Amino acid sequence: MNLDQALLIFIAESRELLEDMESSLLALEQTEDKTELINSIFRAAHTIKGSSGLFSLDHVVAFTHVVENVLDKVRAGTLPIGDELVATLLLCCDHISSLIDGVQAGQTEANEQSNDAGEPLLAQLHAVLGTPVGASAALVAGADRDATQRIQAKGKGTGSDYWHISLQFGPEVLRNGLDPLSFIRYLTTLGRIVDILTVPDRLPLAADMDPEVCYLAYEIHLDTAADKAAIERAFEFVQGECRLRIVAPNSRMEEYIRLIQESPEISERVGELMVRCGALTRQELDTALSTQADSVPQRQIGAILLEQQAVPVEVVDAALQKQKQVKEIQAQESRSIRVDADKLDQLINLVGELIIVGAGVKLVARKAGVADLLQKTTKLAGLVEQVRDSALQLRMVKIAATFNRFQRVVHDVSRDLGKDIGLVIAGEDTELDKTVVEKIGDPLMHLVRNSMDHGIESAELRAARGKPAQGTVRLNAFHDSGSIVITVEDDGGGLKRERILAKAIERGLIEAGHNLNDTEIYGLIFEPGFSTADKITNLSGRGVGLDVVKRNITALRGNVEINSQEGVGTIVTVRLPLTLAIIDGFLVEVGKSVFAIPLDMIEECVAYSAEPGHNYTNLRGEVLPFIRLRELFTVSAPITRRENIVVLKHMGKKVGLVVDTLLGEFQTVIKPLDAVFDQVKCISGSTILGSGDVALILDVPTLVHEATAGPGAAANASASSVSDMALAA
Amino acid sequence: MSTEASFSQVDLRIEGELTIYRADELKRALIEPLSVGIRLVVDLAAVTELDTCGLQLLMLAKRTASAVQAELQLVAHSPAVLEVFELLNVAAFFGDHLVIAPSPASKG
Repeated sequence: MNLDQALLIFIAESRELLEDMESSLLALEQTEDKTELINSIFRAAHTIKGSSGLFSLDHVVAFTHVVENVLDKVRAGTLPIGDELVATLLLCCDHISSLIDGVQAGQTEANEQSNDAGEPLLAQLHAVLGTPVGASAALVAGADRDATQRIQAKGKGTGSDYWHISLQFGPEVLRNGLDPLSFIRYLTTLGRIVDILTVPDRLPLAADMDPEVCYLAYEIHLDTAADKAAIERAFEFVQGECRLRIVAPNSRMEEYIRLIQESPEISERVGELMVRCGALTRQELDTALSTQADSVPQRQIGAILLEQQAVPVEVVDAALQKQKQVKEIQAQESRSIRVDADKLDQLINLVGELIIVGAGVKLVARKAGVADLLQKTTKLAGLVEQVRDSALQLRMVKIAATFNRFQRVVHDVSRDLGKDIGLVIAGEDTELDKTVVEKIGDPLMHLVRNSMDHGIESAELRAARGKPAQGTVRLNAFHDSGSIVITVEDDGGGLKRERILAKAIERGLIEAGHNLNDTEIYGLIFEPGFSTADKITNLSGRGVGLDVVKRNITALRGNVEINSQEGVGTIVTVRLPLTLAIIDGFLVEVGKSVFAIPLDMIEECVAYSAEPGHNYTNLRGEVLPFIRLRELFTVSAPITRRENIVVLKHMGKKVGLVVDTLLGEFQTVIKPLDAVFDQVKCISGSTILGSGDVALILDVPTLVHEATAGPGAAANASASSVSDMALAA
Repeated sequence: MSTEASFSQVDLRIEGELTIYRADELKRALIEPLSVGIRLVVDLAAVTELDTCGLQLLMLAKRTASAVQAELQLVAHSPAVLEVFELLNVAAFFGDHLVIAPSPASKG
């Protein structure tokens, strides 16, 4: 494994750890029993420090070390953890995260900027610790002494207080450019090597010895607060090339004995080492080994030791429990693998090509008219569809990570605003495309901040309105007919309908006397340059933001809607497509142009009928407005046979689309349109048909909006230019 | 690397790296004098780097020496050597007198 890759893994892992740390810190406030959380925070800081040491990122180590010291005191119960400390530690999280960002950008040493950012935090931490600022070095020594004392203090259990690491490198490690020395050096950053035995027993005679083969083995006693996984991680690079056995402090004697038995050629020495480190007494070792030799083979050494009362029963139980936990964690780890996002993208692209070619093959097969071939291609198409679904499924991630980030945002912003606001999250298991997840973060952030700043009223006002003192922001996500819906809801003051209307008229966004429904009026706040906030805060209210939110969401082929009740609250609904790459489409033909419509937007297809002279029809007693695609895109070819109406449904509204022919379902690989076509309305992309022809994908939300906005509004000038493009393409 | 031989003693002075990059050369230099059963004194003062491979060779030399009743003496350990010896706790294995001061002192 080359170091660059390792560094990337380190960066990714550190980010995950920092996220864990942050969420644990935030959860501290609401939890009764804080021990578990504090431990996990400490572990995160500790692991980051350890791994940074491996990459010689001294500035990260130095800063994290102080954080770790503070956490260690908290863990030991000598330092109470309150709001202030949580806030400081959150900032520390941010700082470490920015250091990690720097590392990713290739900055592996401290610079002035990072020092400047870190120093005030360090000062705060030292103030908490009660140590002078420059005293880091002394602190290290002090902390180590503390740890040692602690270990010694609890040393009433059986066995050694230190980790025992038995390490045997494979013969090829030296040739592979790895030096066992560097791993042992790294161990010293995890803790103190109490004792080490370099075992040369495998060295052959001089004549048979290949100087480039590694023969040495090591037996190490390590005094460290790191856990087993952290120690194992130190040897990650030589995984498979070294035999590594780690025995936890205070383990059962059986463990030690087994270790001794597994390496017969060095057993005596290991036994001696254990005796020297106090893991076993000489007598215990001799007795255990000889008793085992005498007794029937099935008897376990542990059982023997138990009989002899050498190991207290509860220690055995505790150790068993610990082993079980370690096993469970390992099982969990092996269930998931880390894959480069680029590789996934490549897979999706290939699947896209496969679908296009598959459609071509189907067409040829149909022309050839060979029944066997047709049957096989149908089967093939079914399989390709399954491959597509599972490939897309690979890209699906839970929205939980995105949502959980907002715990922090709400915590910080409510502090800044001096409001008491809680965040309630629901539907965090909802899955959506990774690309969408990445891009939805910022718009959601804006919406949440907006809700907190403008939505939730001050405590006095809430009390006056008879609401609970704590305001609530709710984030929810769920699936709804081929899209994912994310809602941001607050129980604040709501939008003032009249004021928005007045402002919109003042800004010239709408004309006075224009009849708009509530949703349309509230939708106005997403227009550029619109803000009704009386005072500008540093969070929002400057009139930039909500229009950007809308633009970002629209760029993802999604839309946003807002609903509000004055004095009760506001709910913003963001609707996004599940995936950005491949969809199930439905092909229709107008003249010679073929168009694709996302299948999950289609309600039904009916034969054409119309109220004479109007652009609507009677659908089972309902009025159904429709758009003639022929007119919308000015297709000049004459109507050759009976037309059809495709009934589209979007956000509860139904619209008809008049087309010539229904061509049926088609797996549509979405190819983005060039920037030249940015201004073209009603088209969201293009796709390639089996015949190699290009079909345009209709933008249903826009179509529905245009059709319901008013009769004739849809057929606008910009859309009309599309027909030439469609035919040319 | 320079070798100086007298009737019953070979003085070997290793300069520069005592690492895998010179493994074969080093093995010959260390083992050949021992195989004729004489006393080998290795001066480590000018060793700038010692890795596992180098250490392994020194250990091999020590074992070979005791097997053929020859004698191996390491002298004037450089700081780079001392650091490794200390880290891996192998000083006792060689049994040589170590000068703890980092400056290369006279023969031990």
